[in-house]
Amino acid sequence: MKNTFKTLLAIVAFIATTAFTPVGTGYDIGDIATDFELENIDGTMVSMADFKDAKGFIVVFTCNTCPYAVAYEDRVEALNKKYADKGYPVIAIMPNNTDVKPGDNMAAMKARAKAKGFTFPYLMDKGQKIYPQYGATKTPHVYVLEKTKKGPQVKYIGAIDDNYKDASAVTKTYVEDAVDALLVGKEVPEAKTRAIGCSIKV
Amino acid sequence: MKHMALIITIVLMSFGNGASQINSFEETHLDRPDNSLKVFNFEELQSYLSAKDAKKTYVINFWATWCAPCVKELPYFEQLNTKYSNHNVEVILVSLDFPKQIETKLKPFLKKNALKSEVVVLDDVDSNTWIPKVNKNWSGAIPATLIYNKDKKAFYERSFNYKELETEVKQFIK
Repeated sequence: MKNTFKTLLAIVAFIATTAFTPVGTGYDIGDIATDFELENIDGTMVSMADFKDAKGFIVVFTCNTCPYAVAYEDRVEALNKKYADKGYPVIAIMPNNTDVKPGDNMAAMKARAKAKGFTFPYLMDKGQKIYPQYGATKTPHVYVLEKTKKGPQVKYIGAIDDNYKDASAVTKTYVEDAVDALLVGKEVPEAKTRAIGCSIKV
Repeated sequence: MKHMALIITIVLMSFGNGASQINSFEETHLDRPDNSLKVFNFEELQSYLSAKDAKKTYVINFWATWCAPCVKELPYFEQLNTKYSNHNVEVILVSLDFPKQIETKLKPFLKKNALKSEVVVLDDVDSNTWIPKVNKNWSGAIPATLIYNKDKKAFYERSFNYKELETEVKQFIK
Protein backbone atom coordinates (compact mmCIF):
# COMPACT_ATOMS: atom_id res chain seq x y z
CA MET A 1 0.00 0.00 0.00
CA LYS A 2 2.76 2.34 0.99
CA ASN A 3 4.60 1.44 -2.18
CA THR A 4 1.56 2.09 -4.34
CA PHE A 5 1.27 5.52 -2.78
CA LYS A 6 4.92 6.19 -3.39
CA THR A 7 4.60 5.15 -7.02
CA LEU A 8 1.54 7.35 -7.41
CA LEU A 9 3.40 10.26 -5.87
CA ALA A 10 6.31 9.71 -8.23
CA ILE A 11 3.93 9.63 -11.21
CA VAL A 12 2.21 12.82 -10.08
CA ALA A 13 5.58 14.51 -9.57
CA PHE A 14 6.70 13.38 -13.00
CA ILE A 15 3.55 14.68 -14.68
CA ALA A 16 3.82 17.95 -12.78
CA THR A 17 7.34 18.55 -14.00
CA THR A 18 6.87 17.45 -17.58
CA ALA A 19 3.28 18.20 -18.56
CA PHE A 20 3.19 21.72 -17.25
CA THR A 21 6.35 23.13 -18.71
CA PRO A 22 5.72 26.81 -19.50
CA VAL A 23 3.21 26.73 -22.30
CA GLY A 24 1.15 29.74 -23.33
CA THR A 25 -1.08 31.01 -20.62
CA GLY A 26 -2.24 33.70 -23.01
CA TYR A 27 -5.15 33.90 -25.38
CA ASP A 28 -6.75 31.05 -27.22
CA ILE A 29 -9.08 31.28 -30.20
CA GLY A 30 -12.35 32.93 -29.14
CA ASP A 31 -10.89 34.87 -26.21
CA ILE A 32 -11.46 38.61 -25.93
CA ALA A 33 -8.21 40.55 -26.15
CA THR A 34 -7.65 43.49 -23.85
CA ASP A 35 -6.88 46.84 -25.39
CA PHE A 36 -3.54 48.53 -24.76
CA GLU A 37 -2.13 52.02 -24.77
CA LEU A 38 1.43 51.91 -26.06
CA GLU A 39 3.89 54.45 -27.39
CA ASN A 40 4.26 54.56 -31.14
CA ILE A 41 7.45 55.49 -33.02
CA ASP A 42 5.93 58.94 -33.68
CA GLY A 43 5.62 59.61 -29.94
CA THR A 44 1.82 59.25 -29.82
CA MET A 45 0.02 56.69 -27.68
CA VAL A 46 -1.92 54.09 -29.67
CA SER A 47 -4.87 51.92 -28.62
CA MET A 48 -7.13 49.64 -30.61
CA ALA A 49 -9.98 51.91 -29.49
CA ASP A 50 -8.48 54.69 -31.65
CA PHE A 51 -9.42 52.78 -34.79
CA LYS A 52 -13.13 53.57 -34.84
CA ASP A 53 -13.73 52.26 -38.35
CA ALA A 54 -11.68 49.09 -38.05
CA LYS A 55 -13.43 45.73 -38.28
CA GLY A 56 -10.51 44.10 -36.57
CA PHE A 57 -6.74 44.07 -36.28
CA ILE A 58 -3.67 42.21 -37.38
CA VAL A 59 -1.53 42.43 -34.23
CA VAL A 60 2.07 41.42 -34.96
CA PHE A 61 4.61 40.98 -32.16
CA THR A 62 7.85 41.71 -33.93
CA CYS A 63 11.22 43.40 -33.53
CA ASN A 64 14.29 44.71 -35.33
CA THR A 65 16.81 42.14 -34.19
CA CYS A 66 15.27 38.74 -34.90
CA PRO A 67 16.24 37.37 -38.33
CA TYR A 68 12.82 35.76 -38.71
CA ALA A 69 11.10 39.05 -37.92
CA VAL A 70 13.38 40.82 -40.38
CA ALA A 71 12.59 38.21 -43.04
CA TYR A 72 8.92 39.09 -42.65
CA GLU A 73 9.16 42.91 -42.50
CA ASP A 74 8.14 43.49 -46.11
CA ARG A 75 5.32 40.98 -45.82
CA VAL A 76 3.97 42.71 -42.70
CA GLU A 77 4.03 46.01 -44.58
CA ALA A 78 2.23 44.33 -47.49
CA LEU A 79 -0.44 43.03 -45.11
CA ASN A 80 -1.09 46.57 -43.87
CA LYS A 81 -1.26 47.95 -47.42
CA LYS A 82 -3.70 45.24 -48.43
CA TYR A 83 -5.96 45.15 -45.37
CA ALA A 84 -5.87 48.52 -43.57
CA ASP A 85 -8.40 50.00 -45.99
CA LYS A 86 -10.53 46.89 -45.76
CA GLY A 87 -10.81 47.36 -42.00
CA TYR A 88 -7.96 45.20 -40.72
CA PRO A 89 -4.93 47.44 -40.04
CA VAL A 90 -1.65 46.02 -38.82
CA ILE A 91 -0.54 47.02 -35.33
CA ALA A 92 3.04 45.95 -34.66
CA ILE A 93 4.24 45.62 -31.07
CA MET A 94 7.89 45.25 -30.06
CA PRO A 95 7.91 43.03 -26.94
CA ASN A 96 11.63 42.64 -26.12
CA ASN A 97 13.42 44.03 -23.10
CA THR A 98 15.56 46.75 -24.68
CA ASP A 99 18.19 46.46 -21.94
CA VAL A 100 18.85 42.95 -23.27
CA LYS A 101 18.34 43.93 -26.92
CA PRO A 102 19.42 47.56 -27.36
CA GLY A 103 18.93 47.06 -31.10
CA ASP A 104 15.20 47.07 -30.37
CA ASN A 105 15.05 50.35 -28.47
CA MET A 106 12.79 53.21 -29.53
CA ALA A 107 15.52 54.97 -31.53
CA ALA A 108 16.30 51.75 -33.39
CA MET A 109 12.59 51.07 -33.98
CA LYS A 110 12.18 54.55 -35.46
CA ALA A 111 15.23 54.08 -37.68
CA ARG A 112 14.03 50.70 -38.89
CA ALA A 113 10.49 51.89 -39.57
CA LYS A 114 11.84 54.86 -41.52
CA ALA A 115 14.28 52.74 -43.53
CA LYS A 116 11.59 50.20 -44.42
CA GLY A 117 8.80 52.75 -44.85
CA PHE A 118 6.42 51.13 -42.40
CA THR A 119 2.90 52.55 -42.74
CA PHE A 120 1.58 50.82 -39.62
CA PRO A 121 2.01 51.77 -35.95
CA TYR A 122 5.13 50.20 -34.43
CA LEU A 123 4.59 50.22 -30.68
CA MET A 124 6.88 49.60 -27.75
CA ASP A 125 5.53 47.15 -25.16
CA LYS A 126 7.09 49.28 -22.43
CA GLY A 127 7.35 47.31 -19.20
CA GLN A 128 6.51 44.14 -21.16
CA LYS A 129 2.94 44.04 -19.86
CA ILE A 130 1.03 43.31 -23.05
CA TYR A 131 2.77 40.36 -24.72
CA PRO A 132 2.26 38.01 -21.73
CA GLN A 133 -1.47 38.76 -21.75
CA TYR A 134 -1.61 37.69 -25.38
CA GLY A 135 0.66 34.74 -24.73
CA ALA A 136 3.15 35.71 -27.40
CA THR A 137 6.37 33.72 -27.01
CA LYS A 138 8.40 34.82 -29.99
CA THR A 139 8.88 37.24 -32.84
CA PRO A 140 7.16 37.27 -35.23
CA HIS A 141 3.91 36.10 -33.58
CA VAL A 142 0.59 37.17 -35.09
CA TYR A 143 -2.86 37.58 -33.56
CA VAL A 144 -5.79 38.41 -35.86
CA LEU A 145 -8.61 40.00 -33.88
CA GLU A 146 -12.17 40.69 -34.95
CA LYS A 147 -14.17 43.47 -33.32
CA THR A 148 -17.27 42.09 -31.62
CA LYS A 149 -19.77 43.54 -29.13
CA LYS A 150 -17.77 41.87 -26.34
CA GLY A 151 -14.49 43.34 -27.59
CA PRO A 152 -11.71 42.33 -29.98
CA GLN A 153 -12.02 38.57 -30.30
CA VAL A 154 -9.03 36.36 -31.13
CA LYS A 155 -9.62 34.61 -34.45
CA TYR A 156 -6.15 33.54 -35.51
CA ILE A 157 -2.84 32.90 -33.73
CA GLY A 158 0.44 32.00 -35.34
CA ALA A 159 2.63 32.47 -38.37
CA ILE A 160 2.28 34.87 -41.28
CA ASP A 161 2.74 32.18 -43.93
CA ASP A 162 4.48 28.87 -44.51
CA ASN A 163 7.83 29.99 -45.90
CA TYR A 164 10.05 32.32 -43.91
CA LYS A 165 12.88 31.96 -46.40
CA ASP A 166 11.21 32.90 -49.63
CA ALA A 167 8.06 34.99 -49.99
CA SER A 168 7.70 33.87 -53.60
CA ALA A 169 7.62 30.20 -52.58
CA VAL A 170 4.81 30.59 -50.05
CA THR A 171 2.00 28.07 -50.52
CA LYS A 172 -0.17 28.97 -47.51
CA THR A 173 -0.88 32.59 -46.60
CA TYR A 174 -2.25 31.90 -43.13
CA VAL A 175 -2.89 35.50 -42.05
CA GLU A 176 -4.37 36.58 -45.39
CA ASP A 177 -6.59 33.50 -45.43
CA ALA A 178 -7.78 34.33 -41.91
CA VAL A 179 -8.58 37.98 -42.70
CA ASP A 180 -10.18 37.12 -46.06
CA ALA A 181 -12.47 34.65 -44.28
CA LEU A 182 -13.41 37.19 -41.60
CA LEU A 183 -14.15 39.83 -44.23
CA VAL A 184 -16.82 37.62 -45.78
CA GLY A 185 -18.15 36.37 -42.46
CA LYS A 186 -16.66 32.91 -42.70
CA GLU A 187 -14.78 30.80 -40.20
CA VAL A 188 -10.99 31.12 -40.31
CA PRO A 189 -9.81 28.00 -42.19
CA GLU A 190 -6.69 27.35 -40.08
CA ALA A 191 -6.94 29.23 -36.78
CA LYS A 192 -3.63 28.22 -35.21
CA THR A 193 -0.27 27.67 -36.87
CA ARG A 194 3.30 27.45 -35.70
CA ALA A 195 6.62 28.76 -36.89
CA ILE A 196 10.12 29.14 -35.55
CA GLY A 197 10.88 32.51 -34.04
CA CYS A 198 13.17 34.28 -31.61
CA SER A 199 12.14 33.96 -27.99
CA ILE A 200 10.94 37.25 -26.52
CA LYS A 201 13.80 38.71 -24.49
CA VAL A 202 12.96 39.34 -20.84
CA MET B 1 30.16 59.87 -39.34
CA LYS B 2 28.58 59.62 -35.93
CA HIS B 3 25.50 58.11 -37.54
CA MET B 4 27.60 55.57 -39.37
CA ALA B 5 29.10 54.36 -36.09
CA LEU B 6 25.61 54.07 -34.61
CA ILE B 7 24.32 52.13 -37.58
CA ILE B 8 27.28 49.75 -37.47
CA THR B 9 26.72 49.23 -33.73
CA ILE B 10 23.05 48.45 -34.29
CA VAL B 11 23.82 46.06 -37.13
CA LEU B 12 26.46 44.27 -35.06
CA MET B 13 24.18 43.99 -32.07
CA SER B 14 21.41 42.62 -34.21
CA PHE B 15 23.51 39.57 -34.93
CA GLY B 16 23.57 38.64 -31.26
CA ASN B 17 26.47 37.39 -29.19
CA GLY B 18 29.48 35.59 -30.45
CA ALA B 19 28.61 35.45 -34.09
CA SER B 20 29.16 39.15 -34.52
CA GLN B 21 32.83 38.87 -33.64
CA ILE B 22 33.56 36.49 -36.45
CA ASN B 23 35.26 37.68 -39.54
CA SER B 24 33.30 35.49 -41.90
CA PHE B 25 35.14 36.66 -45.02
CA GLU B 26 38.46 35.29 -43.88
CA GLU B 27 37.18 31.98 -42.67
CA THR B 28 34.82 30.93 -45.44
CA HIS B 29 37.77 30.53 -47.77
CA LEU B 30 38.93 27.61 -45.68
CA ASP B 31 36.47 25.07 -46.96
CA ARG B 32 38.03 22.00 -45.46
CA PRO B 33 36.57 18.50 -45.35
CA ASP B 34 36.09 18.63 -41.57
CA ASN B 35 33.97 21.67 -42.26
CA SER B 36 31.22 19.55 -43.78
CA LEU B 37 27.88 19.71 -42.11
CA LYS B 38 24.74 17.60 -42.47
CA VAL B 39 21.72 19.57 -43.64
CA PHE B 40 18.41 17.79 -43.14
CA ASN B 41 14.74 18.35 -43.78
CA PHE B 42 12.49 17.27 -40.92
CA GLU B 43 11.86 13.81 -42.28
CA GLU B 44 15.58 13.20 -42.40
CA LEU B 45 16.05 14.63 -38.91
CA GLN B 46 13.47 12.33 -37.39
CA SER B 47 15.92 9.47 -36.89
CA TYR B 48 17.61 11.75 -34.34
CA LEU B 49 14.37 12.23 -32.44
CA SER B 50 13.62 8.63 -31.53
CA ALA B 51 15.98 6.36 -29.61
CA LYS B 52 18.54 4.69 -31.84
CA ASP B 53 20.51 3.25 -28.99
CA ALA B 54 18.25 1.90 -26.23
CA LYS B 55 20.90 2.52 -23.57
CA LYS B 56 21.40 6.16 -24.44
CA THR B 57 19.82 9.41 -23.31
CA TYR B 58 19.69 11.97 -26.09
CA VAL B 59 19.73 15.71 -25.52
CA ILE B 60 18.55 17.56 -28.63
CA ASN B 61 19.01 21.32 -28.52
CA PHE B 62 17.41 23.57 -31.15
CA TRP B 63 19.50 26.70 -31.61
CA ALA B 64 20.95 29.18 -34.10
CA THR B 65 23.99 31.46 -34.20
CA TRP B 66 21.67 34.48 -34.41
CA CYS B 67 19.83 33.46 -31.23
CA ALA B 68 21.68 35.12 -28.34
CA PRO B 69 20.19 33.03 -25.50
CA CYS B 70 20.96 29.89 -27.53
CA VAL B 71 24.60 30.86 -27.97
CA LYS B 72 24.79 31.68 -24.27
CA GLU B 73 23.69 28.20 -23.22
CA LEU B 74 25.78 26.24 -25.76
CA PRO B 75 28.76 25.88 -23.38
CA TYR B 76 26.45 24.14 -20.87
CA PHE B 77 25.42 21.61 -23.48
CA GLU B 78 29.06 21.11 -24.41
CA GLN B 79 29.97 20.63 -20.77
CA LEU B 80 27.14 18.14 -20.36
CA ASN B 81 28.22 16.22 -23.44
CA THR B 82 31.78 15.91 -22.14
CA LYS B 83 30.95 15.15 -18.52
CA TYR B 84 28.19 12.63 -19.22
CA SER B 85 29.50 10.88 -22.31
CA ASN B 86 30.43 7.86 -20.17
CA HIS B 87 26.90 7.88 -18.74
CA ASN B 88 25.50 7.22 -22.19
CA VAL B 89 24.38 10.80 -22.74
CA GLU B 90 24.69 12.25 -26.22
CA VAL B 91 24.12 15.90 -27.09
CA ILE B 92 23.00 16.83 -30.60
CA LEU B 93 22.81 20.49 -31.56
CA VAL B 94 20.20 21.14 -34.24
CA SER B 95 20.96 24.47 -35.88
CA LEU B 96 18.13 26.49 -37.38
CA ASP B 97 20.50 28.91 -39.05
CA PHE B 98 19.33 30.19 -42.40
CA PRO B 99 20.71 28.00 -45.20
CA LYS B 100 22.33 30.96 -46.93
CA GLN B 101 24.26 31.69 -43.73
CA ILE B 102 25.67 28.19 -43.24
CA GLU B 103 28.91 29.10 -44.98
CA THR B 104 29.16 32.69 -43.82
CA LYS B 105 28.05 32.41 -40.20
CA LEU B 106 27.43 28.89 -38.93
CA LYS B 107 30.62 27.17 -40.12
CA PRO B 108 32.91 29.98 -38.92
CA PHE B 109 31.05 29.92 -35.60
CA LEU B 110 31.53 26.17 -35.19
CA LYS B 111 35.17 26.48 -36.09
CA LYS B 112 35.82 29.33 -33.72
CA ASN B 113 34.07 27.68 -30.80
CA ALA B 114 35.35 24.18 -31.58
CA LEU B 115 32.11 22.49 -30.59
CA LYS B 116 32.50 18.83 -29.66
CA SER B 117 28.84 17.84 -29.79
CA GLU B 118 27.38 16.71 -33.09
CA VAL B 119 25.89 19.63 -35.02
CA VAL B 120 23.31 19.19 -37.77
CA VAL B 121 21.27 21.77 -39.65
CA LEU B 122 17.51 21.58 -39.98
CA ASP B 123 16.32 23.30 -43.14
CA ASP B 124 12.58 22.79 -43.49
CA VAL B 125 10.25 25.73 -44.10
CA ASP B 126 7.07 23.81 -43.29
CA SER B 127 7.44 24.49 -39.58
CA ASN B 128 3.70 24.36 -38.99
CA THR B 129 3.91 20.66 -39.80
CA TRP B 130 7.13 19.70 -38.05
CA ILE B 131 7.08 21.80 -34.87
CA PRO B 132 4.14 19.86 -33.35
CA LYS B 133 5.91 16.62 -34.27
CA VAL B 134 8.85 17.58 -32.06
CA ASN B 135 6.43 18.49 -29.27
CA LYS B 136 2.77 19.39 -29.40
CA ASN B 137 3.25 22.26 -26.94
CA TRP B 138 6.18 23.94 -28.68
CA SER B 139 5.20 27.42 -29.87
CA GLY B 140 8.29 27.60 -32.06
CA ALA B 141 10.50 29.88 -29.97
CA ILE B 142 14.15 28.94 -29.58
CA PRO B 143 16.11 27.94 -27.58
CA ALA B 144 14.23 24.69 -27.11
CA THR B 145 15.47 21.32 -25.89
CA LEU B 146 14.24 17.76 -26.12
CA ILE B 147 15.60 15.11 -23.75
CA TYR B 148 14.65 11.50 -24.27
CA ASN B 149 15.60 7.88 -23.86
CA LYS B 150 13.68 4.71 -24.52
CA ASP B 151 11.58 5.19 -21.37
CA LYS B 152 10.69 8.84 -21.34
CA LYS B 153 10.74 12.13 -23.09
CA ALA B 154 10.63 15.75 -21.95
CA PHE B 155 10.53 19.01 -23.86
CA TYR B 156 11.63 22.44 -22.70
CA GLU B 157 10.85 25.72 -24.47
CA ARG B 158 13.28 27.71 -22.33
CA SER B 159 16.92 28.54 -21.60
CA PHE B 160 19.11 26.54 -19.24
CA ASN B 161 22.08 27.17 -17.03
CA TYR B 162 24.40 24.22 -16.45
CA LYS B 163 22.92 23.20 -13.12
CA GLU B 164 19.36 23.21 -14.41
CA LEU B 165 20.35 21.20 -17.45
CA GLU B 166 22.27 18.66 -15.38
CA THR B 167 19.34 18.31 -12.98
CA GLU B 168 17.01 17.47 -15.86
CA VAL B 169 19.40 15.01 -17.45
CA LYS B 170 20.03 13.26 -14.13
CA GLN B 171 16.38 12.27 -14.09
CA PHE B 172 17.01 10.26 -17.22
CA ILE B 173 20.10 8.37 -16.18
CA LYS B 174 19.98 5.79 -13.47
